[in-house]
Amino acid sequence: MTVITPITMPKFGLAMTEGKLAGWSVPPGSTVSAGQEIADIETSKITNGYESPASGVLRRQVASEGETLPVGALIGVLAEGNASDAEIDAFIEQFQSTFRASETQGEADAPAARPTLVDVDGLSLQVQDMGQGNGLPVLLIHGFGGDLTNWLLNQDVLAEQRRVISFDLPGHGGSTKQVGDGTPAALAAITARLLETLGVGRAHVVGHSLGGAIALELARAHPDKVASLGLIAPAGLGPDINMDFIEGFITADRRKTLEPVLALLVNDPALITRNMVEGIIRFKRLDGAKQGLETIAAACFPEGRQKDALRDVLSTFGGPVQVIWGEADRILSPEAAQGLPASIAVTRLPQTGHMPQMEKAKQVNDLLAGILHDTP
Amino acid sequence: MSKKSFRQAINEALRQEMRRDPRVILMGEDVAGGQGGSSGVTDAWGGVLGVTKGLYTEFGPERVLDTPITEASYIGAAAGAAATGLRPVAELMFVDFVGCCLDQIMNQAAKFRYMFGGKARTPLVIRAMYGAGFNAAAQHSQALYPIFTHIPGLKVVVPSSPYEAKGLLIEAIRDDDPVIFLENKVMYDDEEEVPDEAYTIPFGEANLTREGDDVTLVAFGRMVGFANEAADRLAKDGISCTVIDPRTTSPLDSATILDCVADTGRLVIVDEASPRCNMATDVAALVAEEAFDALKAPIRRVTPPHTPVPFATVLEKLYLPDVGRIEAAVRSVMGYKARQEA
Repeated sequence: MTVITPITMPKFGLAMTEGKLAGWSVPPGSTVSAGQEIADIETSKITNGYESPASGVLRRQVASEGETLPVGALIGVLAEGNASDAEIDAFIEQFQSTFRASETQGEADAPAARPTLVDVDGLSLQVQDMGQGNGLPVLLIHGFGGDLTNWLLNQDVLAEQRRVISFDLPGHGGSTKQVGDGTPAALAAITARLLETLGVGRAHVVGHSLGGAIALELARAHPDKVASLGLIAPAGLGPDINMDFIEGFITADRRKTLEPVLALLVNDPALITRNMVEGIIRFKRLDGAKQGLETIAAACFPEGRQKDALRDVLSTFGGPVQVIWGEADRILSPEAAQGLPASIAVTRLPQTGHMPQMEKAKQVNDLLAGILHDTP
Repeated sequence: MSKKSFRQAINEALRQEMRRDPRVILMGEDVAGGQGGSSGVTDAWGGVLGVTKGLYTEFGPERVLDTPITEASYIGAAAGAAATGLRPVAELMFVDFVGCCLDQIMNQAAKFRYMFGGKARTPLVIRAMYGAGFNAAAQHSQALYPIFTHIPGLKVVVPSSPYEAKGLLIEAIRDDDPVIFLENKVMYDDEEEVPDEAYTIPFGEANLTREGDDVTLVAFGRMVGFANEAADRLAKDGISCTVIDPRTTSPLDSATILDCVADTGRLVIVDEASPRCNMATDVAALVAEEAFDALKAPIRRVTPPHTPVPFATVLEKLYLPDVGRIEAAVRSVMGYKARQEA
């Protein structure tokens, strides 16, 4: 039996309308298995590995390296069994004659994809609120220097069955530059008020890096609000922190100085695209952004060490916890996850830096899905 | 964050800086918009193209000074006000009118800091419209930024989009030296996402709007959009271009230009100013001197001809560089073959 599978330009995040085939990872004629990385796709935000949707032989590379195509366009053809070249040609011809790029683009322009400003006790927070369903909502908290687009490969996947909320922390992205005293506890207090403002009584909370420490503070102060904890390379579990990143991020004000700092975040620097750097520079140019970051850094990492020890939260927290860490994390070492209570799942991802949710989006999404049990 | 026009971006920059700093004042012809006109309506127009609309109403006659048609006097007054503690933004309306007040700019404002032993600060911004394509004829259509670039002591800004305009204008107002800020009048209705908050874009740091391997395009002001479009078209044929928007002609980010030419080996410069002694000649000289070894083809310049800007629509269209001419220049440097040695 012959099965021919089209390999099409994937859609990484709601805003993506087109992508560039940065490179094929396997030559034509190779046998690939489902889930194997077969190409690198570059979008305006990020470069990401594309995993084969099926097993078979990569019969054709329809798109050449460097080519930019709309989401859904044919980039290759995979076949299982003995399809003849003529059958493959006929399949390509059929696909191309019916493919319409504009339909998928229209979908991407839907207003739901735009973040909105939410007033929380007089502070303006930029919030991306998407998805609905019977499950408990998920709250995503980014890390120091990040913003809600750090979740662009996760939020819409998790939102298939439930409401998923991401937001820019105070001092970050499009949110207020007033950060209070800048401690994880203060940021957790604002986060709790955001949940109340959005009418969310209880949520699964996922935090990355400093967002992990905020999630832990939230679980300590409001255990009733937190159903489970997804902690991705979280702060708060050990004293060490790479201050070259923190200080470099605060002081870098141009592309040339910022790029090497951002390269510390990932295992493969090719992941950092020009537009990603530009987006961060744009946020850092805003009045008050630098001072906000300085206040947070001084409160969280005085004298180059993490101030808050939040391990004890995990020994009392009742819900499921999944810790995810990249083996090649150069900001917070995965060694900080040693010695946690045995009930806590710790997954270390090889060849992954400090941004597993972007570098290994699929694994992270699968792991997070594993703790989203909707017990009341 | 929302979509804003080039006009709104500039209005917002002025408004936010006037709210933030009481020393910021506006001066110029019609900046209060139809003041004293027969209609009796205050701020009916907000300037000749509506850029300053609403500022007179918010900040009043003490801070929005509607001047007579006397460039020499109010540009001189603005330079003096800057030297004595205010932060004036003076509007020259059309940059072509600089002929009436060049002494105040070139011999006064630009020289204060140098001639007073570094003790004087002149936080003056002079805004003006430039550019052809508006059917405004030869005395209202010139792109005169090379004249200002030529004068040491002035900073010269040529923004290429609404986002750029807002951040660069706020930087200009906060800068302690005289800054010439030139707005292409054809771009006032261009729109893009612009943050609601105040932000600054530093001077002397070029922006790369496209990155490629084959050809470096350097473009100024409105020409950046044309260069981007040409680069996108060429990409479909497998020719990849870097597009550099220097943002400021003085200071000029020569390091970025040289770095990119070292990577691509080919250079095309797009400049709306008249071709003799313009930015294209300046950048060409820089690269010929500093990066000769990197060049795989002659440097090409895409500029208007050395004539006044024509009034006739069909001739004005022919006068301005366009996407097709940029594309053709890129293809010609890509196809260049060095002559064989005999």
